[in-house]
Amino acid sequence: MSAGARLPRWVDLGLLPLLNLAAAFLLSGLVVLAIGEDPIKALRILVNGAVGYPEAIAFTLYYTTNFILTGLAVALAFHAGLFNIGGEGQAYVAGLGVGLACLYLDFLPGFAVVPIAILAAAAFGAAWAAIPGWLEAYRGSHVVITTIMFNFLAAALMTYLITNWLLDPAHGAPETRRFAGHTTLWTMQEMLGWFGIKAPRSPLNAAFFLALAAAVFVWIYVWHSRAGYRLRTVGSSHKAALYAGIDPARTIVVAMAISGALAGLMAVNEIQGAQARLLLSFTGGYGFVGIAVALMGRNHPVGVCLAALLFGALYQGGAELAFEMRNINREMVIVIQGLIILFCGALENMFRPTLARLFASRGAA
Amino acid sequence: MAGAPARELALELVGIDKRFGAVHANRAVDLSVAKGSIHGIVGENGAGKSTLMGIVYGYYAADAGTIRVDGSDVRIASSQDAIAAGIGMVHQHFMLVENFTVLENVLLGAEGGALLKKGEADARASLGKLMADYGLEVDLDAKIEALDVGTQQRVEILKALYRGARILILDEPTAVLTPQEADALFRLLDTWRSQGRTVILITHKLREILAATDRVTVMRQGAVVATRDTSATSQEELAELMVGRRVQLRVAKDAAVAGAEVLRGEGLRYVDARGVERLRGVSLDVRAGEIVGIAGVSGNGQSELLEALAGLLPLNGGEIFYKGEKLAPPGTAAASRAARLHGIAHVPEDRHRMGMVVGYSAAESTILGYHSDDELGFGPLLSNRAATARTTRLMGAYDVRPAAPALRSGNFSGGNQQKIVLGREIDRDPELLLIGQPTRGVDIGAIEFIHRRLVALRDAGKAILLVSCELDEILGLADRILVMFDGRIVGELARAAADERTLGLMMAGIEPAAAAQ
Repeated sequence: MSAGARLPRWVDLGLLPLLNLAAAFLLSGLVVLAIGEDPIKALRILVNGAVGYPEAIAFTLYYTTNFILTGLAVALAFHAGLFNIGGEGQAYVAGLGVGLACLYLDFLPGFAVVPIAILAAAAFGAAWAAIPGWLEAYRGSHVVITTIMFNFLAAALMTYLITNWLLDPAHGAPETRRFAGHTTLWTMQEMLGWFGIKAPRSPLNAAFFLALAAAVFVWIYVWHSRAGYRLRTVGSSHKAALYAGIDPARTIVVAMAISGALAGLMAVNEIQGAQARLLLSFTGGYGFVGIAVALMGRNHPVGVCLAALLFGALYQGGAELAFEMRNINREMVIVIQGLIILFCGALENMFRPTLARLFASRGAA
Repeated sequence: MAGAPARELALELVGIDKRFGAVHANRAVDLSVAKGSIHGIVGENGAGKSTLMGIVYGYYAADAGTIRVDGSDVRIASSQDAIAAGIGMVHQHFMLVENFTVLENVLLGAEGGALLKKGEADARASLGKLMADYGLEVDLDAKIEALDVGTQQRVEILKALYRGARILILDEPTAVLTPQEADALFRLLDTWRSQGRTVILITHKLREILAATDRVTVMRQGAVVATRDTSATSQEELAELMVGRRVQLRVAKDAAVAGAEVLRGEGLRYVDARGVERLRGVSLDVRAGEIVGIAGVSGNGQSELLEALAGLLPLNGGEIFYKGEKLAPPGTAAASRAARLHGIAHVPEDRHRMGMVVGYSAAESTILGYHSDDELGFGPLLSNRAATARTTRLMGAYDVRPAAPALRSGNFSGGNQQKIVLGREIDRDPELLLIGQPTRGVDIGAIEFIHRRLVALRDAGKAILLVSCELDEILGLADRILVMFDGRIVGELARAAADERTLGLMMAGIEPAAAAQ
């Protein structure tokens, strides 16, 4: 009698998200209308700003990189039954790893220091997430609470370190000196240049491929490895895990560490790729948006990449929109994003019963 | 039992039809229940009994069909409507507030005004009369949590009475009772019937149907397949009607040839998180080639004992020996892994949360606990193809239907889920099998299959420790029977010396010497 509303796969993964998205855009259009702007025109600016010309695409993909990594971090932890909302802090602390490597190991050649910096980002992020993981596993402190607190701790720690120890005195702003050229990642402009393709200047860099590789890694790790099997078993039932000889506590710590490492790689894109220096608050809320990305992407790497692309486009197109339309500011764009999160995440099941009925009656007929 | 003569009907269902998505749970069901009779409904899991009663009690709305109570059509859209129509229901899992008193529970939903005081006084008076009329003695001021399950069930019945129920539906009422408590329940139902009230009894225990009912309706795959006068039918006929083919209710087996000791527990003690002592010094042994059955009413420490022996429960005292060697203290993932490596297989009681992961595909559930096997992958990688191949093989050998390794574990019927778990555990050719409630929620057809497998394993010289709350199962399978009560083993009986009455008394905590008299 447990016959739930089972939908065909294409409806579940294709139609339903599109329907939710359409509803979100419809409501956003009404909001735009209410503040006295033309919604059609706004949409056109948004789309054009996101994908209308090469530079726009580059910026969209640059934001997408951040969202893929933070989204994967949330998704992986989710499969272990953990809600890691500390991606923001983990990425922030990971920036310290990148910064230290690029600032103090720049006597090494590029082929050594670049991977060291990337590993440092992953390691710092992993360590920052493993502490809440350990507290959850062995002390029963809920990971949601502790990761939130660790975001604040990360912010305080990084502010202290940057303003007191790492900042470049020759420079007015609270940021370090620029990293030496050979320690940073290739830009997309450079890479396309090898093939004789001219590309506009943009912050898009090799970290984009790192993010895609991370998505492949998560897919293999979660669904095609023994460790991933342990992780998912613990995420489903601690009793079943114990029965199967799997140590839930250890698995939780490992899952949090990997989740933190993924979030940490976001710092590679920002610090080692785009900024070439460590600066305050470079995480800019990407860690939190990662939660929405994972939610919308159904915690699957493919879904996360697609959702990240959508959010990347919204970010970039939204910036353009705020620039072009007088009545629409940055906050307005966040409202639109909020609506999308609301419809695709929180209200995900709104259209489901209707669709299920529709398909059930069609199937029965 | 006097068969109910043709007289007026208390409840009549005509053409009740209900679908849940693709599942046709009830197909044009007609049911007539005579006033002042006990009417049994039997059927396998998923036959649609519970859905049908859910419709009568207002949990679901039927897609089509009519409900008549005392000859007139009624519309039942909620349980309030059902209560108003004089229908009461006692669920398998009681709907009682644990930290309320009996009186408070009876009043719940029928407080009789804004002020409790008056309602309580009124209720006390009328309950006193009801209890006297029905011989249903309960301490109204006792808290539910302090009562044993038999008494809690009486509270549920009292609740229905108080609300003026004339038709009482009981869903698997004896699942948690000792045989003696069950007898007491049936005596109560007799009284109920003699007052001109009606009982509908849903159960899978055919023996009870024969002992207690006047008429019995058999359901299969959502439809009524037969209705018989109880006096004119037999267990064999009912079983055949339920399953749709001949079934053997008790598996034939030879006497056991017990060999060397495989497992020994000495003075096992366990105190749970709430400080309740669940095991109070349990000692037992299991030999090769025998099935040792642990009988007892659910909740007397059997579950804890089984989990401890499997390495899952941290004991507070005692030692476990396997083939003469002391095992590491249980309660860690390492101990659980070690037990499996030693050749101790475990089919847990809690199939859904422990034995498998309901959200996993059958293939994924089939490798639970064996996910480190070399055969199942390469280094750190796990091969879904290898897992699927193993599952396909096991599904063939254990007759799992449908044989679909990619299907979600939770979507298999209880019997097929159990076959998946049993197949996985027996496949390793274990020396010792620990098995809890092997046929709980399992269809009759699958029960036969599972029992055969267990006897075959025993005949192959393996040791089996069987925990079951079903006396029939214990009597049918065990070569030696231990009875547990309140965390202790009350006594041991050879199969030949065991009968239902003695076991029943022992299950209520009475020493075997006294029980035998």
